[in-house]
Amino acid sequence: MEPAKRSISEGKKVRHPQGMLEVRALEKSYGSKQAVRGVSFTVEKGTVLGFLGPNGAGKSTTMRMIAGVLEPDSGDALIDGKSIITDRRAAQAALGYLPEGAPLYEDMTPPEFLRFLAEARALPRRGRRDAVDRAIADARILSVSHQRIGDLSKGYRRRVGLAGAILHDPPVLVLDEPTDGLDPNQKRAVRALIARMAPTKAIIISTHTLTEVPAMCHRAVLIDRGRLVADDTPAGLARRSEDGSLEAAFSRLTDQVEDETL
Amino acid sequence: MEFLKTQMSGFTATYRRELGAYFATPMAYVFLAVFLLALGLFTWEAGRFFDSGVADLQPFFVWHPWLYMIFLPALAMRLWADEHASGTDELLLSLPLGIPGLVLGKLLAAWTVAAVGLLLTLPMWASVNFLGSPDNTAIALAYFVSLLMAGAYLSIGAAVSALTGSQVTAFVISVVIAFVFTAAGWPLVLSTVQSLFGTGFADIVARFSFITQFEGAQRGVLELRAVAYFLGFTATFAFLNCLWASRQRLG
Repeated sequence: MEPAKRSISEGKKVRHPQGMLEVRALEKSYGSKQAVRGVSFTVEKGTVLGFLGPNGAGKSTTMRMIAGVLEPDSGDALIDGKSIITDRRAAQAALGYLPEGAPLYEDMTPPEFLRFLAEARALPRRGRRDAVDRAIADARILSVSHQRIGDLSKGYRRRVGLAGAILHDPPVLVLDEPTDGLDPNQKRAVRALIARMAPTKAIIISTHTLTEVPAMCHRAVLIDRGRLVADDTPAGLARRSEDGSLEAAFSRLTDQVEDETL
Repeated sequence: MEFLKTQMSGFTATYRRELGAYFATPMAYVFLAVFLLALGLFTWEAGRFFDSGVADLQPFFVWHPWLYMIFLPALAMRLWADEHASGTDELLLSLPLGIPGLVLGKLLAAWTVAAVGLLLTLPMWASVNFLGSPDNTAIALAYFVSLLMAGAYLSIGAAVSALTGSQVTAFVISVVIAFVFTAAGWPLVLSTVQSLFGTGFADIVARFSFITQFEGAQRGVLELRAVAYFLGFTATFAFLNCLWASRQRLG
């Protein structure tokens, strides 16, 4: 399916037609609370997109809708050209998703967990062992293969979650706070893994550690109260503040919205 | 056919995972040990297995509905509630799977553990053969219907488990529902219903009771009605389970 060439976000850039992930006007309300109000953006192959915003801005909700875990009230997400609404299974097959907090089955060892995912994703029987071995190698978790996931440290658990997300070598990765709660060494390891995969995939990463954004992301979108408030390169985003730091830009852009609504 | 295949995708993976989870943790072993202990205790102490003077398993089967009512919700309560509590349901829902495959995979895994429990009571069957000459066809039949009944109890527990993130809540609600369907055939309840609403209504209530449906099998009579009832009951709750598990997607 040919992805639509229309660009909604900000409408200032002409998007490459080869958009691997295209998010179109996603909306979601919980009761009377509007969590996400019309978020749109496109991520091309080779791009790592930082997904920024204060807590409760709608980052996780948006990512869960892209992953097909949550049904949007309206809007759509095209993953490798497949709609998450009308062709959910095909879209999910092209997507690797790391949920917030990297939930895992604690009673399994990492290889057991990955084999379960390989079987559940119906990967070709012959390629399963290779896929599991490759994911274990890429995520650097070989040394903990014999331990149960419940006994692993936070850093290893996060890497097991990442191994699960990249197991089927999907063209699109959605990672919700992959470095949250890790020590600096573990963060560096995860960043290196993402950098290695970046050239062949479209990757979205949510984070609120702003210092790692310039190092990890080619582009950043900032959302606040369910709306997209900026879509720029990390450097471009930083230039929007007085002192040229990303942090100042972050608080200026998100506070601004707060002032408007007050 | 293609539709069925996509809906059932993930069945084998789920079944294997769930069965593995039961036996990778002490859960299945504790369940089996306590279940067998309780069954033995009731059969010998309360059922006076040896005093009846007849070589059959009547005092054994009569306790099945009551013990299932307590034990099987305990076996099923983790199936969905645990996923919800640990957040792994998000992982499951992000996989390209059909909900029916997940539901049946989980239900069948729990059912397998229950079947293992029944299998471990076979020495009891062997001993009545040693003591006398029972009607073995009748006993085999009672085992078969008992296994079907176990599926019905488990389907209640699994479905309710999808409604809540707490295993304890799931257990309590399941036992209450299971109690209603069990006790509806209990003479004490039936006579009350009869005096309040008349004989006709009491008959209908009795017909929906697990005890009434299981009675024929205990006597060694194969009633297709009972087989259809238990299978239909399980299917109904598995369907509710699908609905309640997909509700997650709506947020």
